[in-house]
Amino acid sequence: MPSLGADMESGRLLEWRVKPGDAVHRGDIVAVVDTDKAAIEIEVFCDGVVEKLLVPAGEQVPVGTPLALIRAAAEPAVQAGEIRQVPAAAAPPSPAGPAPQPASQPSPSPGASVTAAGPRASPAARKLARERGVDLAAIAGTGPDAAITVADVERAGAAAPPPVSAMRRTIAAAMSRSKREIPHYYLGTSIDLQPAVAFLEARNAARPVTERLLPAALLIKAVALACREVPEMNGHFADGAFAPSAEVRLGFAVALRGGGLVAPALPAPDRQALDEVMRMLRDVVERARAGRLRSSEIAGQTITVTSLGDRGVESVFGVIHPPQVALVGFGRIAERPWVHDGKVLVRPAVHASLSADHRVSDGHRGAVFLEAVARFLQRPEGL
Amino acid sequence: MTHTTPAAAKTSYREAVRLALCEAMRADPRVFLMGEDVGRYGGCYAVSKGMLDEFGPERVRDTPLSESAFVGAGIGAALGGMRPVVEIMTVNFSLLALDQIVNNAATLLHMSGGQCNVPLVIRMATGAGRQLAAQHSHSLECWYAHVPGLRVMAPATVADARGMLGTALRQPDPVVIFEHVMLYAVEEDLPASAGAVDIDHAAVRRKGRDVSLITYGGSLPKVMAAAATLAAEGIEAEVLDLRTLRPLDDEAIVATVRRTRRAVVVDEGWRSVGLAAEVSARIVEQAFFDLDAPIRRVCSAEVPIPYARHLEQAALPQAETIAAAARELVAPHG
Repeated sequence: MPSLGADMESGRLLEWRVKPGDAVHRGDIVAVVDTDKAAIEIEVFCDGVVEKLLVPAGEQVPVGTPLALIRAAAEPAVQAGEIRQVPAAAAPPSPAGPAPQPASQPSPSPGASVTAAGPRASPAARKLARERGVDLAAIAGTGPDAAITVADVERAGAAAPPPVSAMRRTIAAAMSRSKREIPHYYLGTSIDLQPAVAFLEARNAARPVTERLLPAALLIKAVALACREVPEMNGHFADGAFAPSAEVRLGFAVALRGGGLVAPALPAPDRQALDEVMRMLRDVVERARAGRLRSSEIAGQTITVTSLGDRGVESVFGVIHPPQVALVGFGRIAERPWVHDGKVLVRPAVHASLSADHRVSDGHRGAVFLEAVARFLQRPEGL
Repeated sequence: MTHTTPAAAKTSYREAVRLALCEAMRADPRVFLMGEDVGRYGGCYAVSKGMLDEFGPERVRDTPLSESAFVGAGIGAALGGMRPVVEIMTVNFSLLALDQIVNNAATLLHMSGGQCNVPLVIRMATGAGRQLAAQHSHSLECWYAHVPGLRVMAPATVADARGMLGTALRQPDPVVIFEHVMLYAVEEDLPASAGAVDIDHAAVRRKGRDVSLITYGGSLPKVMAAAATLAAEGIEAEVLDLRTLRPLDDEAIVATVRRTRRAVVVDEGWRSVGLAAEVSARIVEQAFFDLDAPIRRVCSAEVPIPYARHLEQAALPQAETIAAAARELVAPHG
């Protein structure tokens, strides 16, 4: 079971995409795992033949539990003890994080009777359990026929964590850690987007709607290029030291319809053509909303971009996602009075903000970074 | 006859019905009473005792033993502008008048395109408990509560016996009032000022938070006794008296279930296809997600009501069987 997030302790294997005897190749999707955030497709990182599935679908296991045995292509025969495990496609475990614990599986309670539809519980108890996020399977019922009643849920609710979704808890943990550990500083600047808007209009004029470039692709690429110039914004802060990343893995925040958000990684947008950046963006946003991100896409981001302009806001004051050290926020692209060559013009503009980790960089470097973002956006044809 | 009463006198249910009849007849010359033995005999249950003397044979009319004929006559009188009160001795004999009640009284307003309303009040005794055997012990309120065009009431208290008739007589449409045979002798304090009462709403007869006991008519005293027993055990039962069986007060039914999350429906009628089933269905339809336990019905055993006293008592809902049903629903810890 790979670790698919710093706070992940266990995951539920939703389905196997392979069976014993199947040949697999590096990069194949072999399974789907349900984490606190989404259903994640699990890739395999070697070539070989599936020897045995060790964890049945539906089971919850701690991070680090072998899920399957794969015989490497060159290995002639299967012998116990000589079998390679599926390597976890994992972000390095958080250094501060606890070692994987045995999963705290809810033990079936002896008192509760269970029907085909799950634990026997009254309608009012089910409703209350849903509202409070209480797991009925973990409660003993004291009502008629040992059914779970409202009072049983209330008692369990008093001992249970507050009624929040798993995703809410994950976000709460990451953001609390961020505000606790990271001394943020914030910079903001307005950027003239006249050249960018004109560039997009020209580029999109002859394209069908589904292939049009959106401004987000330009913003992402400009941020990625700026990371090369100011490497203090791109990397991870861990063990009291900053490790800059040679590659830009840019996380793009996607709000989910059911609430919460996820920021899947776009690999190296600084080295991709704009059309490719746009394709990657469409792809991950669609799959993020469908709950079908791959394990490799939700780990290892080196900087995050969030764009809340479509919700109408002017500016974003973002919270850095640890262990990253910077987050760039964009507001609404709107026509604004703009002084250019001594004249007041109406120009499309956007407010860009930078939230950065003061342990790693100072305001001056942040300003240089934002200036670079603005500069790249003035020459969209060069992106 | 009790013409004058002190501020709050002990009054029997039968006296309360008589007070209501007399008051209505004194107030409105269109009101008259007819039925079997209501005049010279004073009524099978002595409700109209003495009324012949005061109002004379024109207004307190003894009828032949022909329920279909005298209910039909009542309908005709109502159509003609009178305000008849027809007493059918018991619900058991009302089956002979079903055609008049269901086919005529309940439908004429509709069949006449709204021209002819039938302001008729039919009173009848109902229920078991007097060792009158199977043919004279029916509880068939649900038959009438099934029929659009009728309003069906079941006064369960002396105050309602006193007050419902006057309000019923003001209705433009036929009203059927069920008086349980075991209630006639019940005595309660009745204020001298007692008069017409609301007939649109159910009444909470006892407040409670643990379980709702929903009932009407002759079962109310048994349910109140069950609630007292339960209270001594620490279970606070709320008692809802439906009062009007058609139309049912859905709002009050749902409100009490929302408060307690558990319901026992008590009905002296048979369980199958009865009023308790109707009330249960409405709870499930409108308050399913408020229920914390299955609904329980306490009804009569599905047998012809026996004559032998111990068998008759065993066939009917009793305070102890009602309390037992409530106990089942209230979890020991909760």
